[in-house]
Parts: sequence; structure tokens; C-alpha cells
Amino acid sequence: MLVKPFLDESHELFRESCTRFAEREIKPYAYEWEEAEGFPRELYFKAAKAGILGASMPEAYGGGGGDVLHGLVMTESLLRGGSSGVVAGLGSLNIALPVLLVLADEEQKQRFIPPVLRGEQIAALGVTEPGAGSDVSGLRLRARRDGDDYVLSGSKTFITSGAVADIVVTLARTGDHPHDGLTFFVVETAAKGFSASKRLKKTGWRASDTAELSYDDVRVPVRNRLGDEGSGFRAVMQTFQGERLGLAAFGHGSAEIALDEAMRYAREREAFGRPLAGHQVTRHKLAEMATEVTVAKAFNYLVARRVADGAYLPREVSMAKNFSSSVAQRVCYEAVQIFGGMGYMRETLVERLARDVRLLPIGGGTQEIMNEVISKMLPLR
Amino acid sequence: MKILVTAKRVPDPEQKVKVQGDAIDLSGMNFVVNPFDEYAVEAALRLKESSGAVDEIVVLTIGSKDVTQQLRSCLAMGADRGILVEGDDDSLDSEQTARIIKAVYERESPDLLLMGKQAVDGDNNQVAQLVAGKLDLPQACFAGQLELEGDASAITVGREIDGGMEFKKVPLPSVVTVDLRIVMPTAVKTAGSKDNQEYAEGPRYASLKGIMQAKKKKIDEISVGDLGVELEQWVKTTSVETPPSRSAGIKVESVDELVDKLQNEAKVL
Repeated sequence: MLVKPFLDESHELFRESCTRFAEREIKPYAYEWEEAEGFPRELYFKAAKAGILGASMPEAYGGGGGDVLHGLVMTESLLRGGSSGVVAGLGSLNIALPVLLVLADEEQKQRFIPPVLRGEQIAALGVTEPGAGSDVSGLRLRARRDGDDYVLSGSKTFITSGAVADIVVTLARTGDHPHDGLTFFVVETAAKGFSASKRLKKTGWRASDTAELSYDDVRVPVRNRLGDEGSGFRAVMQTFQGERLGLAAFGHGSAEIALDEAMRYAREREAFGRPLAGHQVTRHKLAEMATEVTVAKAFNYLVARRVADGAYLPREVSMAKNFSSSVAQRVCYEAVQIFGGMGYMRETLVERLARDVRLLPIGGGTQEIMNEVISKMLPLR
Repeated sequence: MKILVTAKRVPDPEQKVKVQGDAIDLSGMNFVVNPFDEYAVEAALRLKESSGAVDEIVVLTIGSKDVTQQLRSCLAMGADRGILVEGDDDSLDSEQTARIIKAVYERESPDLLLMGKQAVDGDNNQVAQLVAGKLDLPQACFAGQLELEGDASAITVGREIDGGMEFKKVPLPSVVTVDLRIVMPTAVKTAGSKDNQEYAEGPRYASLKGIMQAKKKKIDEISVGDLGVELEQWVKTTSVETPPSRSAGIKVESVDELVDKLQNEAKVL
């Protein structure tokens, strides 16, 4: 395996555990959960018990103490269960908790992180609003100080795990400065004035819940403020790296599964008297798909290895996300093409993958934002 | 109390086996811990967790350095220490394996030797019985249930037999092999088990935390020579071939036709 040099034995063993978990706990129900647009809460407990939830979080808070590569291996293996939505849902803590790791004090970390890693509480990250997504400086949800509380009013949207979350790590505006006026709060969803809409209907990632959140004068105690006022934007920038690498892994992981499925089908399905794989047009298509998957995967592993070793690589991480998600579009599209009519049926895995990967150039910073990050670091001036 | 568990590395049973010439082609194969051995590790861990009487679980494997990974995965599940006897695990026959295990048993003197009932590659189902014979120890094979006495002096073994379960109480030390049902939620009990104690069905997953801790656990590497074991080959492979492919089945129109065919063609009625 080409990526082996980037891994050690712990990654291989962890891959075995995750693959097994996906085979046993996700695969048998994937279709059902995708159609039902949700999965049972019990899966969080099971994943916690298996030591998969929060594998990349520090041991001090009940995590597995793993690095970025363990996270990447986990995403790849769990995707084998056949439901990107489940992986995204289970993984919402991996975008929410890093904010706490960056900003929270020890008491806050001990209070909020362990229950999530035990699977008892679900954590979501609330950044995007109806009026602002990639342009974080346009956020409008207000947090007004009132004695020992802050009062939050406004709304968030497209929040993964928003409807089922117990805590939402919410980015709110505490000042007028576009960037320096932003602050994170841990909002407990049981608080008065907080409400989540019903699940939003999506193209893909259907088993994950995505919600619109409404904050109607929600009182949040000062002790739930993360860091100083105005420290939010910096934390967003620091945690994007992990989220974007995660999405890059979704890209090559999904593409690899689509490729495997397409190869299997090409061996089995006959047309004009021989298997599809007996036709050069199919073989060459598969050769191109395999090339793209291999290159995307190798680059993602390389970048993840460097990040795991402590490097800060916004340019390469953005490249990884963009390249991997565009490979995923093409490979999943062609996999559907190889399946023909069968590839257009909802029961077929490649159909689901083709819908699921459409999210990748949009979520966690759009393709255009990534290009902006990259171009700023090119010698153009 | 000390439990010695054996774990063999086998080709992943989920994969398709390739035959190359007159041998199975093992190149490019993915290897896993023999599932029955993994159940034995799980059973040992359950005994340890509920009884409080087990001080150490030692996992023994035979093979090249590559097998360390499978040994690590048992340690990641929660076993305490590993022993790797270096040797060629593909060419060993049951007798040779039994001699090695006997020698390790004598070095470790555990109170219980817990093994999978058979390895899913060779499916021999011989080693535990041979070891028990050589050591002159009580044996109880195919355990679907285990119950450890409070003073750890004996273990009651529910054995899977045709038509049901047979219960035998054997004094310790002894040799016990486990069957599939040993990983059912309430299959393993001790004096310390709570009435409603249930485990998740199946062997546990190695968590990342367990994997990280396993890095620090000790693996003793021993050569066959160190153990003073003589290994002449008892079983020789003369050839390997795939079974003949089955001819296609037929569809029958009626029950009468089915009975007729079973009686007159298949001659099974």
C-alpha cells in the first residue's frame, strides 16, 4: 500500500477496529437510516464504547489520544459502512470540540468534553447563518452581556447534528468589528429560548441531521463563554485545518469505495457477450478513476502526516480538500455511469455516494474560498 | 490467577483464497487473529473483569515478526502481556504447535490455558487436546459457557455438544477451548458477576486508547531453540487442489417430483 509509510501499527490496528465497527454496526442498517433520514442515538454510545468517538481527542478528557491520521483512517473505514450521513453525524463532535481545545479553560474542558466522548451528549458546531457562511465576518447572531449572563439572539443554519445536539458551540457577535467582534459560547440546547427546526431535507448525507437553530433571547452564563471576547475568529481559523482535512478524507474515501464498487460491477455485469471489464472503454475509464483516487489519497496522507507532526499548512490543506473533493465528483459520477440504470437506483451504493460527495466542495469552506486561500499564498504580487 | 491464551494469525476468512500451483498463495493476503482465539481473549477479559481473581492475561502466538501486529491487537483489547515464539507459522503441524505450547506452559505455569477450539485456516481442532494430553491436565473443549469458582480452584464449562449443552466442572489448572457462543452477553460468569451483568455480543473492539496502551505492554520474544523443543515434521502436504465445482441445480415443478427425485436420483429417502 502506497500510504503505508505515513502510518504506524496503531493506525493499522485502529483501522481494523473501525472497519469492523462499520461492518457490524452501520452496514446492515445504512440503507434504512439513509431512507429514514436519521440514525439511533444508541450508535453514539456504541461508538463511544468501541473507543471510536473522539479517537483524536486528548486522553485527559476521555479521548483516544490519536492524531490527525487516526481521524483520517477512521473516516475512511467508517465510510465503508455505506452511509456518509452516519459518519458526518457521529463526527460532528470532531468539528465542535476542537474549538474547546483551543479556547476553553480547564474547568470548561472537564465539564463539556468527557460527556460527549462517553456518547451521553451530542455536540454540534454553530457557525453558518442564513446570511453568512464562508464569509464569517458577516455573522449577525448577537450576544449581549447582561450581568452574569449573555443573552443570545439570532439564528444558525445548516448545522450538522443541530436537531439532536445537547450542546451547540455557537459563534456569536459581541462587538462590531467584522473579525474581532466574534466570540464562542457553549449553548445548552435545553436552555429557554433555544429551538431547533425539523431536519432540513438534503441532496445527500441524509442519515445525518442538519437543522436550523433559533436563539430567542437565550441566556448563557458567562462561565460558558470560551476565551476572551473577540477570540472567536482566531479559533475558527485554527480549527479549519482539521475540518478541511477531514472533508478531504471523505473525498478520497468515498471515491475509493465507488471505484471498488464499479470494479466489482464491471467484473460481474455482462454486455455484448462479455463482462463490462472486457470492454476497453470501461477498463480505461476505471484506470483513470484508479489513478485519480490513488493520487488524491497519497496527497491527503502526506499532508495529514505533516499536520500530525505539527506543521501548519493552510495552502496544502486547502489543496487537499479541493483536489480530493473534485476527484470524488468525477469518480462517483463515472461509477454511476458504469452501473448504468442500476446506478440511478436508490438502493445502489454508488447512487448514494454520488449524491453525498456533492457536499464536499461546499462544506467547511467552499472550493472558491479554498482557491482564495491558495492564491493568496502564491507569488502573484 | 494467571490465564494463558493462545492466538494464531490466519488469513482473513472474508477474503477469497488463491491457489498457486500446489499451495495456497499467501502473498498479498490480509491477516487477522483467528476468530475463535479472539473469543478466547474476550472470555479471559470477562473472567478478569468480573472475578477480581485474575492477575494477568498472557497471550501466546507463534510466527514471524509480522505476527506482532496480531499480538498487539490482543493486547489492545486488554490482555496484559504477549509472548511471541519465533517460527514459521504456516508450516507447523498440530504436533509441533502442541510441543511449543507445552514448553511455554511449563515456563509460565498459568492456572488456565484458554484456546480457540480450532483455527479457521487448517480447521484441525487438535492442538488443545494434544497439549492437555502432553501436560496430563484436565481438558474441556468447545465451551459455550464458563463459570469460575469464587476461590478460582475450578471452572464449570458448558460444552457445546450435539443436541445441547453439557456442563463439566474441572479443577484448575486445566485446558479449555471456546466455541462461538462464549461471546454471547451472559456466557461468562464468576462469583463476582452481578446478576444483570451483560456484555455486548461479540469480541470487543480494540479502542484507540487500548491500542496506544498496548504499545507500552511487554512482548517477550523467544526462539524455539530457547524452549528446547524438537520439531520434526509429522504432517507433510503432498498436494493442494480446489474441490470440484458443483453442477447446476434444477427446479422441480411439484412436491411429488421432489420426493421422486430424492428417492430415485439422490437416493437419500
